[in-house]
Amino acid sequence: MEHQTLIVIGNGMVGHHFLEQFCQSPASEHYQLVVFGEEKQLAYDRVHLSEYFGGSTHADLAMATAEWYDAQGIELHLNEPVTSIDRENQIVTTPKGHYLYHQLVLATGSYPFVPPIAGNDQDGCFVYRTLADLDAIRASAAQARSGVVVGGGLLGLEAANALKSLGLQAHVVEFAPRLMPVQLDDQGGGLLRQKIEDLGVQVHTEKATTEISPGAEARLRMNFADDSHLDTDLIVFSAGIRPQDTLARACGLEVGERGGIVVNNQCTTSDPAIHAIGECALWNHRIFGLVAPGYTMARTLVAALNQDQDAAFTGADMSTKLKLLGVDVGSIGDAHAQIPGARNIRFHDEQSGHYRRMVLSQDGKKLLGAILVGDNGPYDTLLQYVLNGIELPDNPESLILPESEGGAPALGADALPDTASICSCHNVTKGDICCAIDAGCTDVGSVKTETRASTGCGGCSALLKKVVDSELEKRGVEVCTDLCEHFPYTRQELFHLVKVNGIRTFQNLISQYGKGQGCDICKPTVGSILASCWNEHVLATDHVPLQDTNDTFMANMQKNGTYSIVPRIPGGEITPDKLIVLGEVAKQYNLYTKITGGQRVDLFGATLSELPEIWEKLIAAGFETGHAYGKSLRTVKSCVGSTWCRYGVQDSVGMAIMLENRYKGLRAPHKVKMAVSGCTRECAEAQSKDFGVIATDKGWNLYVCGNGGMRPRHADLFATDLSDDELIRTIDRVVMFYVRTADRLQRTSVWLENLEGGLDYLKQVVLDDSLGIGEELEQHMAELVSTYRCEWKAAVEDPEKRKRFREFVNAPAQKDPVQQWTFERGQRRPVLEVVAS
Amino acid sequence: MKAPTNWVPVCTVDDLVADSGIAVWTEDGPVSVFYLPNRLPALFAVSHTDPFSGSNVLARGITGDINGEPVVASPIYKQHFSLRTGRCLEDEGVQIKVYPALLDGNRIRLEVPVVQAAPVAA
Ligand SMILES: Cc1cc2nc3c(=O)[nH]c(=O)nc-3n(C[C@H](O)[C@H](O)[C@H](O)COP(=O)(O)OP(=O)(O)OC[C@H]3O[C@@H](n4cnc5c(N)ncnc54)[C@H](O)[C@@H]3O)c2cc1C
Repeated sequence: MEHQTLIVIGNGMVGHHFLEQFCQSPASEHYQLVVFGEEKQLAYDRVHLSEYFGGSTHADLAMATAEWYDAQGIELHLNEPVTSIDRENQIVTTPKGHYLYHQLVLATGSYPFVPPIAGNDQDGCFVYRTLADLDAIRASAAQARSGVVVGGGLLGLEAANALKSLGLQAHVVEFAPRLMPVQLDDQGGGLLRQKIEDLGVQVHTEKATTEISPGAEARLRMNFADDSHLDTDLIVFSAGIRPQDTLARACGLEVGERGGIVVNNQCTTSDPAIHAIGECALWNHRIFGLVAPGYTMARTLVAALNQDQDAAFTGADMSTKLKLLGVDVGSIGDAHAQIPGARNIRFHDEQSGHYRRMVLSQDGKKLLGAILVGDNGPYDTLLQYVLNGIELPDNPESLILPESEGGAPALGADALPDTASICSCHNVTKGDICCAIDAGCTDVGSVKTETRASTGCGGCSALLKKVVDSELEKRGVEVCTDLCEHFPYTRQELFHLVKVNGIRTFQNLISQYGKGQGCDICKPTVGSILASCWNEHVLATDHVPLQDTNDTFMANMQKNGTYSIVPRIPGGEITPDKLIVLGEVAKQYNLYTKITGGQRVDLFGATLSELPEIWEKLIAAGFETGHAYGKSLRTVKSCVGSTWCRYGVQDSVGMAIMLENRYKGLRAPHKVKMAVSGCTRECAEAQSKDFGVIATDKGWNLYVCGNGGMRPRHADLFATDLSDDELIRTIDRVVMFYVRTADRLQRTSVWLENLEGGLDYLKQVVLDDSLGIGEELEQHMAELVSTYRCEWKAAVEDPEKRKRFREFVNAPAQKDPVQQWTFERGQRRPVLEVVAS
Repeated sequence: MKAPTNWVPVCTVDDLVADSGIAVWTEDGPVSVFYLPNRLPALFAVSHTDPFSGSNVLARGITGDINGEPVVASPIYKQHFSLRTGRCLEDEGVQIKVYPALLDGNRIRLEVPVVQAAPVAA
């Protein structure tokens, strides 16, 4: 058979992939391949285009060499754009000549959309798509100080990072109200913005550029519809891409309303001799702006050209997972809940900067989409759920909750298919883990060594443990519930050992019942148990090394190593004089000041050595520590109650203050929150607390084990119409029973859910005294209440304890150089660049 | 050839806290010194800077051992660093500086690189 000619227009990523695949297929015998590329260079990896600014050359990014094209017998015409197609005579034309084809493949990709703004074509305006674009930007940046990227999407943010890496002050101007409007929602976009601004890129949203004119402080000025303006030396447009369909349009091929060359499942256009693949192709009314779907199209077309009857492109998943300026961002499936009836679960931790959203089907059984900002840890698992249509566990929120909040462990590892990717760093699937277990691994450690799972970023460690545990259990291997490698006991068992044997130090406990030196899991756990049992000062010599840094320094460490301070304000009631003291202290030490959700005031930015001085002043004004750092009672929130309110039936503030003073300082497995409402209108939101008290006209109703925040749970009604004394006795018993029996870092909500017999059992123990321990629990509580001391008072009065608060013991005047500050909305806040990966 | 170093005194035994760390300032930047009385040797010194957050906080982390290796857990994101090698247990690619430490009477000395005086610009 005579050779036919197959022409490919476009030598980009997908065009090249097509050639690679086609050359390996039988049909290549029958075709002479000819390629036209508009760019000067041979196909290169556009996905990693930005690395060109990091020092990579075209050769580094190239997808093949000229020698490879030679060896395959491909006729390569670079720097030679096709200018027209004559379908009738099957001829393509370039500035250099006319070429006959039998089969024609369009792989022309897309071009950056430049919004029609007056002045958008002057010197200093660029796009970000090709090596040539980057050369031009680099040349211009050499004489520039600032640069603006128009468009806050995925590519725009990448371009902004590139400008920053060229040493420019980078700005992003976005028309929409948030960044990455396609992939993210308002909350996710907001968090991303905050993180990116922390890295020094300035973000301007809801800005419509009307005109670009010569600037006053820089080369150019962007004028916005709201009459503001921004001066900059160069502008990069990254406002989306448009399929490059000019040739197809001109020769009368069917194109989509908004562009794109219409193709069928075999990637063939309305002309049977012409095909289109990659970003220029419109399949099922959709354009695919990612490389993977383009590759799939290329392979489909190769199969079709090889007469494979089953060859069909069936769409592609557009989920994306990336690091933008070092910030994890993930968007999966129907991220915007556009499917009718879809429901959302959101988790937003402002402290650690994590935002996670799951979009569930109407019946809550399937995951439809997800958004992640700050940490892509759950990405792979969530993607598995979406792609495989796996039924969600009963508590789907566990998929996006941090483990310490009762998160990941609740995930049904059983539900994952063997193909589910558990560790994305080393591409380990659940199947691989099962194989390792079948080959003799009996714990997480050996599975890690065998498969390398969780030895990369470590983000999957909780999931890995879950899978290993569940697989071991299936095989009848007993799963270890040890606290850690140092103690073969659960927290509850340790509590019992400590209490019964009167053990008062970690050293005693570990030498009698454990091994080794301890670690950051068992030390704080034992520290908390010892405090719950004996209530000794957290800074007593033996206890210092046990505490998490927050407990050690009795303040909450923030990400730049400074601390926040929260004095106790019982019931949220504070005198004007005390409020003034807080203001004065904050002012003197330049502390960022914020009102908390628990009706108190948080003062941020104190250095280690400032803590005792600040507390001296606060204590002198009558303040006590608020234990915001401890796993202990936080606040008792209250509404104003019958004293002022027209509807109040009891003095809720008085009760809240009494409860807060009673339980303050008590160490528990996790933090405990309470609230008291003065009537059923429930203004104190008591039903979202661990212990909620609501006034009735006969007394108090008690609700227990509620939770707000990450994993909301309504508290359960526990007892009704209690007198003041009955109320306190009941709370005493429940709290103490929780302290004794809960797991490490288990909130009351999760504790109750895991308590065999549940609420009824708890009622029997507490209200009917079925275990006969009621009095003992009360007595234990009474001891703790009577031994309470303000830890801060004890610390500032003791020179030995104060020594702990020296920033650098040999250099009292030395300031920590990484603590840099800037001002925002009239207050000081930290600037901090992340140094390592 | 080994770069020149000095054994500089940074603090005294009284400054140390058993099973915990303190921070000192050296010409090479902030260093944390740990004292683990149940081990031999009992003194360890590593960089005070947590490479994951960039903050100077490691001396305020919890110490312990993982598979026998003495470690400190960063108080920020909880990664463990070997006190002997500085290696991060969760991320092989990350390592913090380790400083040889010794007890000289009552004083703790660390071996730190000699800082070359910068040539004065003409
Ligand atoms: C900065 C950047 C980052 C990206 N990051 C990612 C990512 O993280 N993940 C991801 O999946 N995708 C990413 N992409 C998108 C990805 O690069 C594209 O999906 C992919 O390149 C599409 O391949 P293509 O062959 O269809 O188009 P292209 O690679 O654009 O190739 C088309 C080629 O055709 C040429 N051409 C056009 N018209 C003619 C003509 N008339 N005659 C001759 N030649 C012509 C063009 O010059 C071009 O070289 C990124 C893109 C950019 C710019």
